[in-house]
Amino acid sequence: MKIQILGTGCPKCHKLAAEAEQAAKELGLSYELIKVTDINEIMGFGVMITPALAVDGNVKFAGKVPGVEEIKKHLK
Amino acid sequence: MSEVCACGGNPALLYTCSGAADVGELADLATRQLSRSKKGAMSCLAGIGGNISGFIKSTEGADKVLVIDGCPLGCARKTLEEKGLQNFKHLTITELGFKKGQTEVSQVSIDKVCASASELLGLCK
Repeated sequence: MKIQILGTGCPKCHKLAAEAEQAAKELGLSYELIKVTDINEIMGFGVMITPALAVDGNVKFAGKVPGVEEIKKHLK
Repeated sequence: MSEVCACGGNPALLYTCSGAADVGELADLATRQLSRSKKGAMSCLAGIGGNISGFIKSTEGADKVLVIDGCPLGCARKTLEEKGLQNFKHLTITELGFKKGQTEVSQVSIDKVCASASELLGLCK
């Protein structure tokens, strides 16, 4: 599973990356965490607000850091 | 989207029908002017209709969304609603006194639409 964190690198982006990693570990997933920080690449996902999280290229949410438990629901 | 991190304060997302009629053109041009003047960020209605997850999820997560339709057919509004999106304000150009097929698309008319849109977004005109 490829987990992509879309954001240019502010504290919220880092928090989302950390929470996503924790969620993936707690679920025992085999994953690769990728931080997408280039704004043009982010826009290529159709993402207009950040931070956002995508799984295998499919955006699951944007504009929020929802917490570990909520992220788990998107990773299952 | 501007070239800064948008995490701190996300802009209002703007959608327009961009329809073929004069009022659709007016809706489109007004939306572009609002976006260029940083009163919001124009997003792609086709991306919603095309089921692109990034556009849909960005709209779900936006603090403010404004949809501008040219006429009462409300194609832009219906496009969002088809995807379960309800969290938006809506403006119809013909409700501002413009008539479909009889509207001159000018800077004056664009400014009038922008003023109404700004009011809906709670911004200064």
